[in-house]
Amino acid sequence: MDIILQKISEYLQKGDEEKVFELTKQAIGHNFDTKEILDNGLIAGMNIIGEQFKKHEIFLPDVLMAAKAMYAGMDQLKPLLIKDGIQGMGKIVLGTVHGDLHDIGKNLVGIMLKGAGFEVIDLGRDVPAEKFVDTALNEQVKVIGLSALLTTTMSVMKEVISILKVKDTTNSIKTIVGGAPLSKDYAKEIGADAYAYDSANAVESVKELIGVN
Amino acid sequence: MKPFFERLHSGEILVSDGAMGTMLFQKGLRPGDCPESINLKNPEILKEIAQLYFNAGADIIQTNTFGGSPLKLSAYNLEDKNEEINTIAVNCVRKVVGTQAYVSGSCGPSGKILKPYGDTEPEDVYQSFKRQMKSLINAGVDIICVETMTDLHEATIAVKVSKEISSQITVIATMTFDETPRGFYTIMGVSIKDAAKRLEKVGANCIGSNCGHGIENMIKIAYEFKKYSSLPIIIQSNAGIPEMKGETLFYPETPEFFAEKTKELIDAGVSIIGGCCGTTPEHIRAIRKVVDSYKE
Repeated sequence: MDIILQKISEYLQKGDEEKVFELTKQAIGHNFDTKEILDNGLIAGMNIIGEQFKKHEIFLPDVLMAAKAMYAGMDQLKPLLIKDGIQGMGKIVLGTVHGDLHDIGKNLVGIMLKGAGFEVIDLGRDVPAEKFVDTALNEQVKVIGLSALLTTTMSVMKEVISILKVKDTTNSIKTIVGGAPLSKDYAKEIGADAYAYDSANAVESVKELIGVN
Repeated sequence: MKPFFERLHSGEILVSDGAMGTMLFQKGLRPGDCPESINLKNPEILKEIAQLYFNAGADIIQTNTFGGSPLKLSAYNLEDKNEEINTIAVNCVRKVVGTQAYVSGSCGPSGKILKPYGDTEPEDVYQSFKRQMKSLINAGVDIICVETMTDLHEATIAVKVSKEISSQITVIATMTFDETPRGFYTIMGVSIKDAAKRLEKVGANCIGSNCGHGIENMIKIAYEFKKYSSLPIIIQSNAGIPEMKGETLFYPETPEFFAEKTKELIDAGVSIIGGCCGTTPEHIRAIRKVVDSYKE
């Protein structure tokens, strides 16, 4: 009975936290495959939200409410995913660079990445360059995501990438940058592996970076 | 000098100033510093900037208090200094302009997302604006300018608070819109129609838009506001969408281009014309010239 998963997706899109919690609980009770609840319920719903937001069909409040609903389901699935040894999409370190206190864009990227099944380690805002790299190495993440809103803090991104190049001897960690003043050209100039122009694009770009779809 | 409210309603077109942040960085504000910390550390800079815009012909000069609410200052552990920060900013501008221009107290967003979407209580936002606006009004601003808003709930709170503190104070309220295939909306999903109607209802005296766009889109936004409100309209446009040139930010729209388009803003019926990010005293001078030529 896939109808319950479809319902999870639908109520998630409506931002109905309680219903998503309840339905996820039911799905678990009915012995649905954990991965299936995640992929065909929660992630499916967030994908649609991401698409609609990208097309300006919905706005930030809708995304935030959907995210709350997603977390209500995700919290129940997490222990099961760990127990079943199910690998997610991988880990990502995310943060706004040192000197920059703007985090709405970064938070949105975090929501979308979680919604796509990634494990997000959010370091918050005003994050020192070293901390990005050290966390990425310790946590064995695949990607570092850097955000900046100020034109004056964009250059800090370059610093993170330089430190990473020295410390990541196997060259296995990728970087993606984003934020209002950035451009594809600037990302290239500072040696970032990818640039994302918005939160939905960030998910696409990260998937591309690590070779999944 | 006539009271601002009278001038605004006389049909005269007024000129407001240009970017503050851009000027502060030119004058030595460091990346990551709180822009309002300048008010404590080096208030002379505030006078210099006010003087530049005043000399360029602005009728309205804004205070360096965009992020001067306790909620916003708390990010820098400066919330306890909010009264001082706001008072100094007003005093500096007043010292320069005397009664030759109007002092407008800038009040930007709290930077928080209100419940139910975020986790901030509307009451906290209310109290935060109240503390800031009390300082601004006590220090003698002519205008409270609620700007760069994207959440209509927050904008509404800000307008209401200012009127609660002083029913006499003139309140300008502007929001920042994105262009979507369905028209202009803020990122929080507020249409120009909803913004215009609601802001007028809660007591704003002048409404419009600042930031987010170059001047061409702002002309479209101005016409849209006119459709839904009989209040005077204010437009403060960016000098285009910034591009990176090497390590520096470049705003493509020149003072000449602004002059050209200012005519169209006047035709659209805009009452106050000024600049936002990337605009300079030269842009304001250009606007002034066009506005003056319309008077004759």
